[in-house]
Amino acid sequence: MSIGHTLLGLLEGGPRHGYDLKRAYDERFGQDRPLHYGQVYSTLSRLLRNGLVEVEGVEPGGGPERKRYAITDAGITDVEQWLGTPENPEPYLHNTLYAKVVLALMSGRAATEVLDSQRSAHLRLMRELTRRKAGGDLADQLVCDHALFHLEADLRWLELTAARLDQLAAEVRR
Amino acid sequence: MTSATHPAAGTHESEKPEEDDAAPLLEAVGLRKSFGPTPALAGASVSVRPGEIIALMGPSGSGKSTLLHCLAGILVPDAGVVRYRGTEISALSETRRSALRRSEFGFVFQFGQLVPELSCLENVALPSRLGGMDRRAAERRAREWLDRLEVADLAGKRPGEISGGQGQRVAMARALVTGPRVVFADEPTGALDSLNGEHVMRSLVAAAAETGAAVVLVTHEPRVAAYSDREVVVRDGRTRDLSAEGGATGGAARER
Ligand SMILES: Nc1ncnc2c1ncn2[C@@H]1O[C@H](COP(=O)(O)OP(=O)(O)OP(=O)(O)O)[C@@H](O)[C@H]1O
Ligand SMILES: [Mg+2]
Repeated sequence: MSIGHTLLGLLEGGPRHGYDLKRAYDERFGQDRPLHYGQVYSTLSRLLRNGLVEVEGVEPGGGPERKRYAITDAGITDVEQWLGTPENPEPYLHNTLYAKVVLALMSGRAATEVLDSQRSAHLRLMRELTRRKAGGDLADQLVCDHALFHLEADLRWLELTAARLDQLAAEVRR
Repeated sequence: MTSATHPAAGTHESEKPEEDDAAPLLEAVGLRKSFGPTPALAGASVSVRPGEIIALMGPSGSGKSTLLHCLAGILVPDAGVVRYRGTEISALSETRRSALRRSEFGFVFQFGQLVPELSCLENVALPSRLGGMDRRAAERRAREWLDRLEVADLAGKRPGEISGGQGQRVAMARALVTGPRVVFADEPTGALDSLNGEHVMRSLVAAAAETGAAVVLVTHEPRVAAYSDREVVVRDGRTRDLSAEGGATGGAARER
């Protein structure tokens, strides 16, 4: 899961301090693995270097925790591209897909776009596996079927999420 | 065969309907359809090329079956057009549409489509008989198709005496026996387990490839949709064809 893009997505709602960002991240996406402060600041300094965020205000004192970060236009474009590009289909993508859907909803983008483009990417791989299965021996078929069932599970989860977008949008915007 | 059973032959612009691979065989543009106050289709468009397998996907109640029924000339849309080989079928009389369905289309649904009083062989021979073929010839062809779908041994049984998966294969044979140009399949594997679903899909795809038939497939199962060439997503009565947009690039909302 791309921490940089997720932090950028959170910054779209308005400038935040590093510790505030970490809290927002952990609350929404950190169920399994909360971020370390070190990760937050190293990611922010990389984003800063690449011009995707800027320091909007520094409070008196020293150290990174005094800075407020704001997303730049280049940062917004970067989030936009990330949301619009489907993930490479592979099992256990749910963390990234979930983050993309939530961030799209939070920023008022069409979350169905994320779902539809991901479905299309998944189906492309599934077609290839289906073709490979047709030409293969039993071992090939079983291996392909394993991958196909996992990809199908992702897609079913996406469908279910799509069906609950309104509910999710209401919660996310609270 | 009269022009009534082959409407495309009766139109001026298509003296000799060429199967140009680039031109759509069947096409729906801007379909709208309501049932009373319920809008089922609110601007749905699909284009099917000869031999192409299209999967209609999307949530329950989104309008997939309604779209399939409009494409097949079973339902007439309130607005929009459906063209088959250039002929606007939504403007034809019910008699001509039903003749078109018999001669050009084949149908497979989720269940309960075989006539329970007839044997499997008679069921599969039925479409040819309705088309005027004599009994011996019709049954010979029916046997061929039962054989291709690997259910020849069920010929003498009644639908009540066979399993759901076997029934779907018999239904598939019946859909294919007249050599349709388009097969419409609405959740053909919906009542089957994975293995039987696979068998039915493989038979369908193989038969379609062999006869050059196009397939319009409604399914909510991604593994079944993976047998298609292209998917069209139906949501709230509107279609979205991602593969036609050149895959998934760019994140801007295009249809909203
Ligand atoms: N004959 C009918 N009379 C009244 N309403 C109908 C009729 N057929 C469909 N509808 C309504 O039109 C909408 C679309 O139905 P449709 O059957 O096309 O959906 P679907 O996508 O095929 O759903 P499913 O996946 O559950 O089969 C639904 O709201 C449904 O209730
Ligand atoms: Mg339906």
